[in-house]
Amino acid sequence: MTSNGSPGLTNEEVARYSRHLIMPEVGMEGQLKLKAARALCIGAGGLGSPVALYLAAAGVGTIGIVDFDEVDYSNLQRQIIHGTPDVGRSKLESAKSRLNALNPEVEVVTHEMALSSQNALGLFADYDLVVDGTDNFPTRYLVNDACVIQGKPNVYGSIFRFEGQNSVFATKDGPCYRCLYPEPPPPGLVPSCAEGGVLGILPGVVGTLQATEAVKLILGAGELLIGRFLIFDALKMKFRELKLRKDPDCPVCGEHPTVTELIDYEQFCGITSSSPPAVVAPEVDDEATVEELKMRIDRLDSFMLLDVRETQEFEICRIPGSVLIPLGELPSRLSELEGRSDLIVHCKSGARSGKAVKLLREAGYIGARNLKGGILAWIDRIDRSLPKY
Amino acid sequence: MATKILIPTPLRSYTAKRDVVEAEGATVGELLANMTEQYTDLRKHLYTNEGTLRSFVNIYVNDDDIRYLEKEQTPVTSDDTVSIIPSVAGGRRS
Repeated sequence: MTSNGSPGLTNEEVARYSRHLIMPEVGMEGQLKLKAARALCIGAGGLGSPVALYLAAAGVGTIGIVDFDEVDYSNLQRQIIHGTPDVGRSKLESAKSRLNALNPEVEVVTHEMALSSQNALGLFADYDLVVDGTDNFPTRYLVNDACVIQGKPNVYGSIFRFEGQNSVFATKDGPCYRCLYPEPPPPGLVPSCAEGGVLGILPGVVGTLQATEAVKLILGAGELLIGRFLIFDALKMKFRELKLRKDPDCPVCGEHPTVTELIDYEQFCGITSSSPPAVVAPEVDDEATVEELKMRIDRLDSFMLLDVRETQEFEICRIPGSVLIPLGELPSRLSELEGRSDLIVHCKSGARSGKAVKLLREAGYIGARNLKGGILAWIDRIDRSLPKY
Repeated sequence: MATKILIPTPLRSYTAKRDVVEAEGATVGELLANMTEQYTDLRKHLYTNEGTLRSFVNIYVNDDDIRYLEKEQTPVTSDDTVSIIPSVAGGRRS
């Protein structure tokens, strides 16, 4: 009992949560459920930002956050829990101070670690539900499997460019992520947000939907996105809903599960430390360094510098004298390279240009070489006046 | 009669940026075969080298997963909408 006689809420909390308390769907009982609840956010990034902010504002008593990254300028376009003064700070520290300022009544527990098969089960055991705000397939499958094994709901959200996906997986009778997608795509077939970009507001919409489902799970109110897959297209401003079913043959949550403990998810997703994902890396002596490039530009060598990034990236920054042919257009524009035997190819950091070099060599341009580290290396080591993105 | 197929964002670079394409076919299998004849680059994203649908690409007729209908034999008409739903990992940038 608190001094005002109400069971478990101080006068300050009653004032803070008054718009919840007067609603029959929440009320005092619901607010106390929120206060007793423990939610774990995987990632303090684009999705984690609105999730953690709204859960804290709503009064979810314990909010755990897993992350190991630092705040970067390129995060601020969408990761609204962090601000400009936080650049260079750990995301966990930044998020914690923002959440404490928003609502000092909630406890923020920071877990500075990369989620792994070794630590996930122990970590999840301490929480009631998990909100998945990760950005890569190995962690998606890890979060899903650990949720199923521990019996914790997995509040799922995913984003790409203008399109988002939401669902609630791994509830007692509902489907899990593996019922939907038994296997991940091989590395390289699906572009990442870092490669494909994302509308900054999109994780705001998708993350806010995740927070909504997390709060409903805690309250036991309403109809959850269980067995339902919500797809949001921001460009068309349309929501679509598809049916999901629990797969009786699901390797994790099916009738005869074959995955009963956590596995090596990097390996499961086809990623091994010796072969970086999706990059057909040319031989080392096929690569040019930015220093060599600078020297050749300065002495007016006759060679072609081919930029295979997208037009939008070319508009942000470019290396003088470069010719732009985006990777996707390269196969149909090979004729523009006719007669060029000395080619240096670059992109942002070297992955796409690695693919371009392979393609060019197969097309007979055996003199094509990849610029190691791409334009980012050029900016770091040759021309610091150019903007990085 | 042609049936509408909704193309998700990650695959639009293989359909000349179109978000909806139309193809003929009495079943999902025929429809997708005709579609990938129009957009040949799409084929390797939907099918394995052995010609089976990739397991990270789900096909829906209206709001139902064809795995729980008649798979690629699922009949379609011009009134149906077929959706391709690939898995997307995005969220926090790594």
